[in-house]
Amino acid sequence: MNDIENREVTIQVRNMSKKFRVYFDKGHMLKEKLLFTARNRYETRTILDNISFDIYKGEAVGLIGHNGCGKSTALKLLTRIIYPDSGTINVKGRVSSLLELGAGFHPDLSGRENIYINASIFGLKRKEIDEKIQQIILFSELEDFIDNPVRTYSSGMYMRLAFSVAINVKADILLVDEILAVGDAGFQAKCLNKIREIKDSGTTIVLVSHSMNQIKEVCDRCIWINNAKVAAMGETEEVITKYITYVDEIEKSKLANELIGRPNELKVAMNKKNDLEILEVKIVDINSVDKRVWGIGESIKIFIKFRFIANIYAKIRFEIARADGIVAYANVFDRNGENFLFSEENQLYFNFKNLNLLAGKFYLMMYIENGNGELLGSVTPFAEIDILDDSCRYGISNLECECELNSKEEIK
Amino acid sequence: MQEIYEYREMILSLVRRDLKGRYKNSLLGFFWTFLNPLLQLMIYTFAFSVVMPMGIENYYMHLFVALIPWIFFSTCMTGGARAIIDQQDMVKKIYFPRQVLPIAFVTSQFVNMLLSFVVVFAVLIVSGIGINIQAIVVLPAVMVIQYLFVLGIALACSAISVYYRDMEQIFGILSIGLMYASPVVYSLNSVPPEFHGILNSNPMTVLIVAYRDILFYKQIPDLKCLFIVLLESLCVVIVGWCIFEKLQRRFVEEF
Repeated sequence: MNDIENREVTIQVRNMSKKFRVYFDKGHMLKEKLLFTARNRYETRTILDNISFDIYKGEAVGLIGHNGCGKSTALKLLTRIIYPDSGTINVKGRVSSLLELGAGFHPDLSGRENIYINASIFGLKRKEIDEKIQQIILFSELEDFIDNPVRTYSSGMYMRLAFSVAINVKADILLVDEILAVGDAGFQAKCLNKIREIKDSGTTIVLVSHSMNQIKEVCDRCIWINNAKVAAMGETEEVITKYITYVDEIEKSKLANELIGRPNELKVAMNKKNDLEILEVKIVDINSVDKRVWGIGESIKIFIKFRFIANIYAKIRFEIARADGIVAYANVFDRNGENFLFSEENQLYFNFKNLNLLAGKFYLMMYIENGNGELLGSVTPFAEIDILDDSCRYGISNLECECELNSKEEIK
Repeated sequence: MQEIYEYREMILSLVRRDLKGRYKNSLLGFFWTFLNPLLQLMIYTFAFSVVMPMGIENYYMHLFVALIPWIFFSTCMTGGARAIIDQQDMVKKIYFPRQVLPIAFVTSQFVNMLLSFVVVFAVLIVSGIGINIQAIVVLPAVMVIQYLFVLGIALACSAISVYYRDMEQIFGILSIGLMYASPVVYSLNSVPPEFHGILNSNPMTVLIVAYRDILFYKQIPDLKCLFIVLLESLCVVIVGWCIFEKLQRRFVEEF
C-alpha cells in the first residue's frame, strides 16, 4: 500500500458530474413532445457532483453508500453505459461487468452457442472464446446439459451459465454490482473465491455492495459516496467504520422513522378470512432509544401491536430469521385457548437482555396458525434488525466462551 | 470505427443468432429461408399472369428481382427502427459500441437477401431467362452499395426511434410510400421521361433498376449512375453515423 503512488492508474476520474432529468410526466410520442411541451417539464437531479478518484491497477475497490447515493450510477459511468455531463473518465483496458448476466441469450439455442454470443458481447474474439469455453463449462457445472437449449434450463442453471461466462472473461477491469445472490450457497462461495482469484491475477475490481462483509472480504480500498460527493476514501476498514457510524448516528432518527412507519403499510395476510394487521413495531434499546443498527449482545426490547380482522382462535408464531431464511429464534403464543377478538389490539413484548446474534440482517416475521399448527397467514417480514460487527466471528449465534490460541489452560 | 472492428465477433454472433434462432422449432427449419421467397414468387406468378396480366413479359420475374432488394431496404428501415429499443436490457447494462446493433441487424437482413438470391438464380435458370455472366460481375458491387445505403438509413432510424417512439410508425408508412416512388412494381419506361429526374434522385431507384438490368434484362447497368449512388450512399452512411453518434450518448436515459 505504501507504493501506491508508483502504481499504474487504471481508472482515472476527474471532476465527474452527472445530472439526471427526472420527468414529471414523460411522453415518448412525437405528438406528446410537440403538443404537450408542458409535460416535458423535468427537474434535474444531481447524482454525482464533481467527483474525482483514481483506481490503481490490480486493486479491489468497494463503492459504498445508501440507496440512491449514486454508486450504481458511478459504476455505469465507468462502464461507459452512460456519459458524464462534465469531467473526464479514463479507463485503461478491457472492462467486463457483472451488471447484466446472460445478455443476448437466445432460449432456443444451446448453452454452448449462447456462451459464444454472450462472450462476444463482452468483446471477446472467437479464438479467445474457443480457448475459454471448456473452463466456462466446467465452472458452470453444466457439462451434461451444455448442448441442450437454454429454455430447458432451470433459472438457477441459467444464472450459473451466465455468471460463468461473465466471470471467466479475461478482463483488465471487472465491475461488479450486488452479486453473489446467484445459485446455492456452494456456488456462491465458489464465486467469491473466483473473484479473489481474479483479483490475485492482477485484475482491477470495482465492487458495489450493501454487504459490508462482502466488501471487507474482497476490497483493499473503499469509496463512500454520499449526497453526490465522495464522503470518504481510503482503507476499507476505516471507510466502513465511518460509514457505519454515520448511518448509525446521523441518520438514525430518519431510518428509525422509516422502520416504524413501514409496518403500518404491511397489512398483508395470505388468508383473506383471517387478516392480521400489524399496527406498530418498536425496536428500542435499554434506554428506550430507537436504533437501527446493533452490535452483538446488546439489550433489545421489541413491542409489536397487532390485531385480527375477525374473531379467531389462532396461535401466533413469532420468528427472528436471518436474511437467508435460517431461523434464529421462534416462539408460539396463544390466548390460552381463547379466540382473538375482532379488532382488539394485542401486544407482544420481548426483552432480549443480550441478543447474541452475530453480524447479519435479521427479519422479524409473524405467522398465524390454527390449533393443529396449519398455516393460516403470515406477515413476513415486518421489521428488520441489522447486526454489525467487525470481529472474525460469523454464524448465527454468539456462543459465549473464552478462547485463546496456544493457551496455557489444561483440561484437568 | 476501430472499436467496431474489435467487436466484429459480437456482430457475427448476433447475425448467427438471428439466422439460427429465427426458424428454430419450426418443422422445416432453415429451409424456410428458401421456401418463403419461393412461395411469394408463386403468388406473384399467379396474380400477375392469371388474375391481372401486366404488359410485361415474365412480369413475375420483373417484379421479383426488384422486390427482394426492396424487402431488404424496407425491413431495415422499419425493423431497424427497433434495433436499439428491442435490446434495451442489453444496452442499459453492458458497454459495447452501440452501432453494433444496427450493423448486426442490417447484416443479418443482408445475408437473408443473399439466401433469397439463391432462389432468384434457380428460377432464372429454370424459367429459361438465363444468366449473363458479364452482367453478374457487377451484382456484388450493387449489393455493397445498397448495403452501405441501407446501413446509413438504419443507423439514423434506430437512434431517432429511441427518442421518438412513434417514428417507427412513420417509417412504416414512409417505406410504403417510397416503394411506389421507386420502380418496384412498375417499370421506369412506363413513367413519363420528365419524372425520371425526380425518380432517379432516389438512390433506391437506381439500385432497383441496376438489379433489374443485371438479372432480368441481362445487361450491364449504367455504371455512371451507380457511381453517383455509391457516393450518395457513402454520404448517407456518414450522416447516419454522425446522427447515431450524437444521439447514442443519452440512449440509456431515454428508455
